[in-house]
Amino acid sequence: MKRLLVVLASFLVCAAAAADVAPDLLVKNVTNEVLEVVRKDKDIRNGNTQKTLDLVEAKVLPHFNFVHMTQLALGRDGRQASPEQLNVLVNEFRNLLVRTYSKALTEYRDQEISFKPFSMEAADADVKVRSEIKQSGGKPISLDYYLEKVPAGWKVYDMEVGGVSLVTNYRTAFSQEIRANGIDGLIRSLQAKNKTTEPAAKAK
Amino acid sequence: MKQKKIATRLKSTLFVLVMSGVLVGCASPGNPKDPIEGFNRAIYGFNEAVDTVLIKPVAQGYDAVLPSPVRTGVTNFFGNIADFFIGVNNLLQGKPDQAVSDLGRLLVNSTVGLLGVIDWASDMGMEKHEEDFGQTFGRWGVGDGAYVMLPILGPRTVRDTAGFVLDFVADPVGNVGHIPTRNTLYAIRFIDVRADYLPADKVIEEAALDKYSYVRDGYLQRRNNLIHDGNPPREKMD
Repeated sequence: MKRLLVVLASFLVCAAAAADVAPDLLVKNVTNEVLEVVRKDKDIRNGNTQKTLDLVEAKVLPHFNFVHMTQLALGRDGRQASPEQLNVLVNEFRNLLVRTYSKALTEYRDQEISFKPFSMEAADADVKVRSEIKQSGGKPISLDYYLEKVPAGWKVYDMEVGGVSLVTNYRTAFSQEIRANGIDGLIRSLQAKNKTTEPAAKAK
Repeated sequence: MKQKKIATRLKSTLFVLVMSGVLVGCASPGNPKDPIEGFNRAIYGFNEAVDTVLIKPVAQGYDAVLPSPVRTGVTNFFGNIADFFIGVNNLLQGKPDQAVSDLGRLLVNSTVGLLGVIDWASDMGMEKHEEDFGQTFGRWGVGDGAYVMLPILGPRTVRDTAGFVLDFVADPVGNVGHIPTRNTLYAIRFIDVRADYLPADKVIEEAALDKYSYVRDGYLQRRNNLIHDGNPPREKMD
């Protein structure tokens, strides 16, 4: 019991520390840190996708709430999933998003990203951090992060590129798949997708 | 010859419009936003094939050959031409401030910016906007209508197709009297736009379980976002 309390207490301390970082700063720091590596690392510049995936895995993933993301992508049809099925789905969806994110990072690494002014109330638990990718000759593409406050700090649960959510953009396709082939059908097609082309980041 | 191509393009556009009207009657229960999905998928397959063998390789070559400042200049040049009707559309949407800024951009960039090649206006704080007649109709309350995949031109909705016809008629490039010049401008602009989408293409390839529906849903979200100038009402999941 005592040990449990110690664990609990230390957890709370950690959580408080993580929650202290403002959401806009969190996104800004992570973005800058990752971009810096992607721009400079020779292996990544030469197309080493595994290294990019590892980088995203280590630096970016801890700040994402994949359970929430999966639920958003599944929408109503996700309610019929058993906890085991949901677990598998979260894992597969996470791999897909990591690959997509890494690809986008590689493709757009030389563009300049700027953050828009951010303000929030102290009590806010759900915020949007806005940034944009500058494009030479065109209107900048907006890149927005939705974050929620959970005990472990701020977590990203959705991202929008030019107003297109990387998460909810799957909803229609997912629900069609579920209606045609059930939750297991969706799991199978996600697994098949993740097996194609490059190896995905190892699931944990 | 290119003139013929454009005539053909317009004809096929009309064909699709008519067909979509016909096919809506016998749509199978599927995605309510995409009642002619089977037909659209067929056109999409055709577009992908043409893109793979012709358009994409040309765009890749264009991207590889031109130094990046030149590419920026080309994009700026066409962007400057577009700014006039972007301003008109902003006016039609009841945003006179933005319309004034668009016309200011046109004035500055057409002169100091050497016929639009250099985008000084952005540096001066006159932000580039993105408007078209489809968005104006949307702003006026016209719904999307069915999703349609147009040959070569790509995804639209019925509303945006109607808007596109107006964009096409109003397009300053289309009104250039010297036909070879006009067609060259058409071709360069088309390839320049395609080249801009090359990186996005790879990301979509990586992301999509089914590219057709990923592109469709992305297009619909994007248009909704544009109509609301980046602040669409966000639907909350329960």
